[in-house]
Amino acid sequence: MELFRIKRDIPFMSYGRLTTAISLITFILAVFFLATRGLNYSVEFTGGTVLEVQYQQSADLNLIRDTVDSLKLGEATVQSLGSSSDVMIRLPNKPGTTSAQLSEKVMGLLKAKDGTVQLRKVDFVGPSVGEELVSHGLTAAILVCLGIMAYLALRFEWRFAVSAIIANMHDVVIILGCFAFFRWEFSLTVLAGVLAVLGYSVNESVVVFDRIRENFRKPGLRGKSTASIIDNAITATMSRTIITHFSTEMMVVSMLVFGGPALHGFAMALTIGIVFGIYSSVLVASPIALWLGVSREHMIKPTKPKEEAVV
Amino acid sequence: MNRYPLWKYLVIAVALIIATIYTLPNFYGETPAVQVSSTRQSIPVDTALMGRVEEALKAQNISPDGLYLDGSSLKIRFKDADTQIKARDAIQRALGDSYIIALNLLPASPQWLADLKAYPMFLGLDLRGGVHFLLQVDMQAAIDKTMERYAGDIRRELKNKQVRYGTIKRNGNVLEVQLRDADTLKAAQNVVSRTLPTLVLNSDDANYKLTATLKPEEVTKIQSDAVKQNISTLHNRVNELGTSEPIIQQAGPNRIVVELPGIQDTARAKDIIGRTATLEVRMVEDDQGKVSDALAGNIPAGYDLLDEATSRGDSKILVKKDVELTGDNINDAQAGFDENGAPAVHINLDSTGASIFRQVTAENIGKRMAMILVEKGRAEVVTAPVIRSEIGGGRVQISGSMNPAEANDTALLLRAGSLAAPMNIIEERTVGPSLGKENIEKGFHSTLWGFAAIAVFMVIYYGVFGVFSAISLAVNVFLLLAILSILQATLTLPGIAAIALALGMAIDANVLINERIREELRNGVPPHSAIQAGYGHAWATILDSNVTTLIAGLALLIFGTGPVRGFAVVHCIGILTSMFSAVLVSRGLVNLWYGRRRKLTSLAIGQVWKPEK
Repeated sequence: MELFRIKRDIPFMSYGRLTTAISLITFILAVFFLATRGLNYSVEFTGGTVLEVQYQQSADLNLIRDTVDSLKLGEATVQSLGSSSDVMIRLPNKPGTTSAQLSEKVMGLLKAKDGTVQLRKVDFVGPSVGEELVSHGLTAAILVCLGIMAYLALRFEWRFAVSAIIANMHDVVIILGCFAFFRWEFSLTVLAGVLAVLGYSVNESVVVFDRIRENFRKPGLRGKSTASIIDNAITATMSRTIITHFSTEMMVVSMLVFGGPALHGFAMALTIGIVFGIYSSVLVASPIALWLGVSREHMIKPTKPKEEAVV
Repeated sequence: MNRYPLWKYLVIAVALIIATIYTLPNFYGETPAVQVSSTRQSIPVDTALMGRVEEALKAQNISPDGLYLDGSSLKIRFKDADTQIKARDAIQRALGDSYIIALNLLPASPQWLADLKAYPMFLGLDLRGGVHFLLQVDMQAAIDKTMERYAGDIRRELKNKQVRYGTIKRNGNVLEVQLRDADTLKAAQNVVSRTLPTLVLNSDDANYKLTATLKPEEVTKIQSDAVKQNISTLHNRVNELGTSEPIIQQAGPNRIVVELPGIQDTARAKDIIGRTATLEVRMVEDDQGKVSDALAGNIPAGYDLLDEATSRGDSKILVKKDVELTGDNINDAQAGFDENGAPAVHINLDSTGASIFRQVTAENIGKRMAMILVEKGRAEVVTAPVIRSEIGGGRVQISGSMNPAEANDTALLLRAGSLAAPMNIIEERTVGPSLGKENIEKGFHSTLWGFAAIAVFMVIYYGVFGVFSAISLAVNVFLLLAILSILQATLTLPGIAAIALALGMAIDANVLINERIREELRNGVPPHSAIQAGYGHAWATILDSNVTTLIAGLALLIFGTGPVRGFAVVHCIGILTSMFSAVLVSRGLVNLWYGRRRKLTSLAIGQVWKPEK
């Protein structure tokens, strides 16, 4: 079976203006939602207490909400979690009250209303921890970008490094934008997923760049313009790009379907990240590299006559 | 042509065998067990205890599946959870309070695997249920306490040397001593710098003021000692909860992580962790009349009848209610030997404690003094030695009537009985056991179905080469699980997600190789050369893309905490194993399959479509 029967190189670079425009619009939309709606940070970042309880039958969310509100603990969120019998209760940190006894207090009240309720999980995070996590998360993200750029600049050329990172950041911002738009919870596990996407989707750019470099060296393609060489590289790697991403996506979707609420956010971040990863590495990274003026001379260094093995 | 030298096949075979052996224990599951251990070195866990436990079980008609002495604990296996609980109650009745008796789960893997040090992975709290606390030590309180002690020390030293002073004030981390004139200022400076060398002194000559601050290295030492002491106190307390395998670790300069797998009663756990113990020194009443009155249940006013726990069994001891000295005045306690070579505990008191101690001992030669640990309103006599002479200088030695293990326990209790500084719970996670089990199932299912989908797709799309890819992907899972088991890494739910993701990403290498081989074939290259060129050309790309992924993984490992770190460890190892299995193992399979065929006309790599010219 061969799914991709492409007879002629697809002129991706001539769509450059269009694809860049699409990217720019989605990017601006993502930034807009991030700025206006903001991320729905999990309790790990904001501090507070989260309880997960399970009832024997369907839970009455309004009753639970009233019960929790009667404690006057501040703005509490009560929502169902996956199924109707699982409920998540989120309480903010309140200066002065010891959060340590909070969960028992809430559970005591809920048990009085319905004896079948069972405590499944409690997370309490103090306020100082969250700030640290944010700064560590940002440091990690910056470090990942710098590390990848340094490696790409060393292996290829700074123009490729810059365009790959821009394409990647574009993916990350769009994932975050989706999380902001749908108000999905942004937890530490989601952060891990986002940073993993950063490492993963740069693969795409690497594969395409490898091929571009190989094409620059091919004697048969000497007379061609840089744009058509890039078109040829993208077309040649198209089949592999789609199949690989399809395979990874199958695994991630399996996590989304079977993984339950604990893995939901993580799988969601990866699902979006992989879809946009294909798009951005092909239609964002390469036009930027072209726009930055990458050319044959940058790729072929006379000091290094040994041909690199590439796909 | 496409043949591996024998050693390469051997490398693959050895890797596979090792991977299988070390992955195996994870599939056997766990059996219920009861674990008996002792809080004190003086109460040993040995074969004699094993005999007692066996008899106790026999008396209740409970037959254990096995008894093992493992270091300092005794582990007894049972068929099912019901027998386990019955057995625990029986053992508890037979042994009493001197032992910690905990319910536990032991790996059910056969002995030969344990002999090879092949153990299952350690499951994180989110997979097995339990409580996690992150505690922050209040460092300022520890420093305040030290500064207060120094203020007292300065006061006493100046008094002893008859240097007149006005007031001694603590102003944050600075002690200010007001003096009368330049002479007393100089004299005070001399006295303090000689007797308390850990202070940095500054004199304000115009106002006759002496200021003292702590040396930076002293501050660091106070902080690290405070954390260390709190950790050892926590160890003692957690032992009481009867948890198997508790984790108590320092996390960062001023934080402590406490993880108690299997504990469900968080309220009790919090209570025990957060409580404050104090040490008191009180005088013992040995007057026979009063003691027998007290033993008869008629305790004289102003006295307490307390328990004393020793290796010779429990006994009662009558002590006065007046507290002479508290644990706050103890700087350090170490086990050692006295001048006659008998086991002893050496206690170092601060100067307040030293002067009180001198006075008390001078007045009570020949009598006994009791060291009492008060925890949650319950007082227990740690030791009650006889005072032989006046003891000055703050160096106290307790010896006689103890063995080295008892000396160790006493020193530990004196040192670790109380917290060096208060702690706050800044993070708490409780996971119920049913949720843990569900998480394992969900993680396992998503990995399994994802893997199945990829394998089926690869076989359909790439034929025999797809089979090779699927096999090497399976090898990857085994290698990854084996390495995690060998490292005894803690597997968490994000870790399982990382295993799934590692598989999803690892297939990339095989797709690259297979696509490249197809491309070579499309260009009319003969099959053997196509395999050669396909693997050769794909390698550089595989390396590049894995290095970039690894950079992201390492950054997560360095900066990640909690769930992120659990993810990052598996992610990084997964990248490394995938490079081995996708390239070496799949090539080995290809070589084994095609290598011997000289006249190879086609490869079963699915349909290779050629554009019509």
